[in-house]
Amino acid sequence: MAHRVVVTGWGVLSPIGHTADAYWSNLSRGVCGIAPATIILADQLTQRGVAEIKGYDPGKHFEERQLSSLDRVSQFGVIAAREAIAQSGLTFKDGLSEQTATIIGCGAGGQLTLDESYKRLYGENAKRLHPLIIPKMMANAPASQISMMCGLRGPAFVVASACASATHAIGLAFQMVRSGGAPVAVTGGAEASITFGTMKGWEALRVLAPDTCRPFSRDRKGLVIGEGAAALVLETLEHAQKRSADILGEIVGFGMSADAGDLLSPDAGGMRRAIDAALADGGLTPADIQYVNAHGTGTAANDATETQALKAIFGPYAAKLAISSTKSMVGHALGAAGALELVATLMAAREGLAPPTINYLGSDPACDLDCVPNEARPMRIDAALSNSFAFGGLNAVLAVRRFQ
Amino acid sequence: MHGRDMTEATDDISRGVMAIIAKKIGKPEHELMLDDRLDEIGLDSFAAVEMIFDLEEKFDIQIPYNANDTRMEFETVGEVIAAIRQHIGRP
Repeated sequence: MAHRVVVTGWGVLSPIGHTADAYWSNLSRGVCGIAPATIILADQLTQRGVAEIKGYDPGKHFEERQLSSLDRVSQFGVIAAREAIAQSGLTFKDGLSEQTATIIGCGAGGQLTLDESYKRLYGENAKRLHPLIIPKMMANAPASQISMMCGLRGPAFVVASACASATHAIGLAFQMVRSGGAPVAVTGGAEASITFGTMKGWEALRVLAPDTCRPFSRDRKGLVIGEGAAALVLETLEHAQKRSADILGEIVGFGMSADAGDLLSPDAGGMRRAIDAALADGGLTPADIQYVNAHGTGTAANDATETQALKAIFGPYAAKLAISSTKSMVGHALGAAGALELVATLMAAREGLAPPTINYLGSDPACDLDCVPNEARPMRIDAALSNSFAFGGLNAVLAVRRFQ
Repeated sequence: MHGRDMTEATDDISRGVMAIIAKKIGKPEHELMLDDRLDEIGLDSFAAVEMIFDLEEKFDIQIPYNANDTRMEFETVGEVIAAIRQHIGRP
């Protein structure tokens, strides 16, 4: 039997707020988290703007002995998961621990560990490395650390699909809870890949904005790399109601597709198939949707192609949609992006406020839909979509409803 | 019809650029014309980024290029050669 899947907790560590409440407060006010890099040497970067977690002090969250086995990405994941679980009010007793899934998206794994180790090895001719390099850098570390630190003993793994990792992870968790495979799942995404090595790699790909992230705007110049984590607690409706939990929203549909085309260029056909699949899975028609949290990276190609895909699906109704890219505020957190954006989408529906696309300079004929430029907009949102389209042509879309 | 300017294509810079472009599009170097348009000979945006990297490595220069900018400074093989000459500071 298919269960309704509701969200009963969320946690966020973002460039514009270290808690879910702070994140929403700043999203709704259009606060920009993009600034010159401080955690790496920015003077050797061509594009210095990134969206870092500002004022982050690991010592506030972890003991010294724990930190020796936790890469920054796992720290972020655990912090977000702890907040989401605390908000849900769940305690994992009486067998619930064994039934709770932990499914986390992460695109790049422990990049900081890798970067620091290789610097020591190749740059400083170190004779040996720290003994916990391997478990710190392994791609599954965020899911492993969340399961260990939060005591979750059910199915647990990391999903990697670059910029769509968290959306794929949340989608799989949603399907698992809906099917009855697990009554509860802790899901989301984490990423911390602002390292000197990866930033030089992004620089070489020639897609970084020299100024800031301006999705759907004229004169947009590319994406800005971000970092962070967001986690959600998913439960069957019965499980949540039985314990009188506060229900924050409902996930109703999930769609996926692969372009099987170009490695980097987006494909409107692939995007469209994923969006169509999410709508169909959620029993929604295009006219049911009021808000779309776009993938909206700020590259010339993505934003124009995403506009084409939305117009193809929504037809004339596309002009009535509010479509914003919160990447304009938090940058592109890659494997965490889909989780940060799904939380934003659920918050938008719950609060009746579409967050803006900031840094918007004016319209581009190739992006002629309503991207909620520069200021948040109060509006009724009954149903919404969150889009993620990854390099490698891997697409994932989630559909949500305001809970009623 | 395309015409090839052999005098321009015989110096080191021209030969180096031609070799890099030819490798990227998988064609023999002698089939390239100076007025061949990059997009028409199959140099997509992905290959263009790789071409820029190869040019920077070969000539030890930095080329400010952003794939999001639709205004290309060079659209033909000859224009790439001219741009590299300008970067190197050799006529």
